[in-house]
Amino acid sequence: MLVNEKIAIEHGLKPDEYKKICKLLKRTPNLTELGIFSAMWNEHCSYKSSRLHLKKLPTTGKKVIQGPGENAGVIDIEDGDAIVFKIESHNHPSFIEPYQGAATGVGGIMRDVFTMGARPIANLNSIHFGSTQHKKTKNLLRGVVHGIGGYGNCMGVPTIAGQTSFDRSYNGNILVNAMTLGLVKKNKIFYSKATGLNKPLIYVGSKTGRDGIHGASMASASFDDKIEEKKPTVQVGDPFTEKLLLEACLELMAGDSIIAIQDMGAAGLTSSSIEMASKGNLGIEINLNKVPCRETKMTPYEIMLSESQERMLIVLENGKEELAKKIFDKWNLDFAIIGKTTNTKNIELFFDKELMAKIPVNILVENSPMYDRKWKKSKLPKKIKLDKKKINNLKIKDTLKKILSSPNVCSKEWIWQQYDHTVMGDTIQKPGGDAGVVRVHGSDKAVAATVDSSATYCWAHPLTGGKQVVCETWRNLISVGAKPVAITNCLNFGSPEKKESMGEFVECVQGIGEACKYLEYPVVSGNVSFYNQTKEIGIKPTPSIGGVGLIKNYKKMITMDFKKTDNLVLVLGKTEGHIDQSLLSRIILNEKNGPPPEVNLFNEKNNGETLLNLVEKNFIKSAHDVSLGGIITAISKMCIKGNKGIELKTPKSLINEIEYFFAEDQGRYIVEISSEDLNNVIKILDKNSVHYDHIGKIIDKDMIINQKTKVTIDELKSYNSNWLKDYMV
Amino acid sequence: MKSSVITFPGSNCDRDMDVALKKFGFRNKMVWHNDIELPKSDLVVLPGGFSYGDYLRCGSMASKSKIMQSVINFAKSGGLVMGVCNGFQILVETGLVPGVLLRNKYLEFICKNVFIKIENKDNPYFKNLEKDIFEFHIAHNEGNYFCTKDQLKEIEDNNQVAIYYCNNQGKTEEEFNPNGSIKNIAGIFNKEKNVLGMMPHPERMIDKSLSGEDGSLFFKNLIKNIK
Repeated sequence: MLVNEKIAIEHGLKPDEYKKICKLLKRTPNLTELGIFSAMWNEHCSYKSSRLHLKKLPTTGKKVIQGPGENAGVIDIEDGDAIVFKIESHNHPSFIEPYQGAATGVGGIMRDVFTMGARPIANLNSIHFGSTQHKKTKNLLRGVVHGIGGYGNCMGVPTIAGQTSFDRSYNGNILVNAMTLGLVKKNKIFYSKATGLNKPLIYVGSKTGRDGIHGASMASASFDDKIEEKKPTVQVGDPFTEKLLLEACLELMAGDSIIAIQDMGAAGLTSSSIEMASKGNLGIEINLNKVPCRETKMTPYEIMLSESQERMLIVLENGKEELAKKIFDKWNLDFAIIGKTTNTKNIELFFDKELMAKIPVNILVENSPMYDRKWKKSKLPKKIKLDKKKINNLKIKDTLKKILSSPNVCSKEWIWQQYDHTVMGDTIQKPGGDAGVVRVHGSDKAVAATVDSSATYCWAHPLTGGKQVVCETWRNLISVGAKPVAITNCLNFGSPEKKESMGEFVECVQGIGEACKYLEYPVVSGNVSFYNQTKEIGIKPTPSIGGVGLIKNYKKMITMDFKKTDNLVLVLGKTEGHIDQSLLSRIILNEKNGPPPEVNLFNEKNNGETLLNLVEKNFIKSAHDVSLGGIITAISKMCIKGNKGIELKTPKSLINEIEYFFAEDQGRYIVEISSEDLNNVIKILDKNSVHYDHIGKIIDKDMIINQKTKVTIDELKSYNSNWLKDYMV
Repeated sequence: MKSSVITFPGSNCDRDMDVALKKFGFRNKMVWHNDIELPKSDLVVLPGGFSYGDYLRCGSMASKSKIMQSVINFAKSGGLVMGVCNGFQILVETGLVPGVLLRNKYLEFICKNVFIKIENKDNPYFKNLEKDIFEFHIAHNEGNYFCTKDQLKEIEDNNQVAIYYCNNQGKTEEEFNPNGSIKNIAGIFNKEKNVLGMMPHPERMIDKSLSGEDGSLFFKNLIKNIK
């Protein structure tokens, strides 16, 4: 078939991009070559709309071993240990086919981590669905949860934390972001840079089939009415094979046979081979007849663009072929020498002894398009003049009931009970806390991880929202007693070709960057997912941030359940009464406008570090950060988990009870301390200028608010724990 | 005391079991499914996981592994064989213990702590345990124990029910049944009581920082009984 502009456009390339290809090649590409260009130059693989802005993020630091640009980021956790981690989206496939879409999302991110030599030790996910009233929501949620569980459980990697939200902006485009942490010795990290000439190129794992062809291109376009037709572009996962692949790769990695290794993720054999060659400034030659295929008569075009899962590409040391083959034979996996590294700096593909494609590697990578898209700046919305009378008339108990049972606050136990969160025997904080925590096997250390996003705040004001979500993960980590180290980000946005969506992206990234820089909490890996829209309706901007922190002595880990009757409860951080964009405002007062709560980075850092100091001195018995639903929502959860009551008394303040309890001001924590430590704690808080309110005392049962409202623990539990279960029946 | 843990392709609790056995004093060896000979052992454990991806039927392919002939012979000669979770599923596929394990009643994977009750301590696994009700952990998709009426009668007549799901008071009502198992059965012996299959994972309860410590009591007692 002769290639022309029309075919190029069908491949998702723009007319200008096609012209550029012809110019760079000094000829018309053939179909296989065009397929390769389309795979490398789509948004998903090339970051053509985002690169310019991502460059501004802080990506270095004392603890950073590897920043963005590899399969995953790597941080130093001392004693020769390192944590490899990354988050990635699998939004489009999950909307088309929720089980397989979510499953292969989990499989893909785990591969990214073990490609670097790390054994996965924890999975997390951030999943977002449309309105609970929407006809597709229930099935999508069920399918996604089954898919995540189906893959992660089979791999034997615990799923330790996550986030689930519902918002009508996801009606036509759900989000599935999966994150994995792996543990590796600092001196045994593997990279994707190929070095040396005539080194054998090895294909291992599953056979190549016709599934997932053009998956990355599908992920780089908006949805329309014909999404059902895109089902064949969704990959099908086989977690069993991936488990074998994990064990086989780690067995081979224990030796010194591997020069470079890269998993075949988006754009399959194409992007993996080209990335390895490009990083090593080498050429690569592949004999496509040698690629193990699942189906007969696969064409070079199909082999190069297949996104069949559970495959890896390895550049091996000469002479290690037999040894490597033995390991993959043991694990019953395909092993084939399919090519070699060359000095031509071209990618050359042979099929039936014929040269099928020859493209200079640098054209595909360095010359890939980069756009400075037009974007629109967002103004900070004006504060809403609240109807004080309406607020004063609210009954605190009814309001609390509505908030605790609302879809975005209610217990997500129905979800995480379907994930194996205890396999590997090191999960010391299970889902449902501020962050999941796993021990570093056989040591006193533990790693805490959390994932968060605040689409509503980002939608109201992207710059503030971007900052806020970074701070929220920072607080989550501190609440479990972990020192925050670094983040990974999954940036889910609408079309970059629309200046409003692009503006949301640019300003969220700016906010993320500012917060990360101030908190010395760098970005070490991530992924961008644009075109999250159906027809013209885009999602709310949803950067998902995965934060990772270190606990040096796991016995000092903090949980949120109230521990002991008569202990005292403080709120750290100042409550100004910010109601706009809060849950109270949105679901009780029905007000969708106004600015998100302001983020004061100085306070965030100071409050967080002071709390860590208190943890270090063993003053903190339990802690929980204040977020959606405000102080009383946070306290309710601590009561529920600890099966304890509390006597609450609002401090003297200009704002009323409802505003005090439901405001979503930032930088706040609830902490439990014993009464004899009060003076010492206050001394430290005062010395560090951390504002605090002493608001209550733990009692055996019942939440008693200002001596007049009583809510029993059983009532709190029933408000919080039933909604999702009942919804899913 | 010597133990062996068999690793099948897809096993994923083999390391956890190894850690637990060693913690309580077993000299444990990992044994590959393709081996033919079983090392000299006082206890053989089939661990949890997804052997062969749980494709076909959970445990069915693993039950035909090369090593399993030796395990079956070992069991038939009176050796102690314990299957946990996927290991239990493998045991029922070999026929060493009766019954089958169906998908959970609500068709969902369940991972949580449960209480179990031990009724019969006249066996090497539970002999001398000081209490009857334990908090263990389950994590499975196919733990819904089922057998025919005749089988059930035989099982009960022979005291072959090892453990029941219950509440913290030991009540074995249906509401404390996490997966739909017939009669709340969580674990089963063979007639001779040297082979034990159970869904709960004692190896996940060996440390107070984890889900709990009732697994420690089980393992400490087990090694004492074997000595």
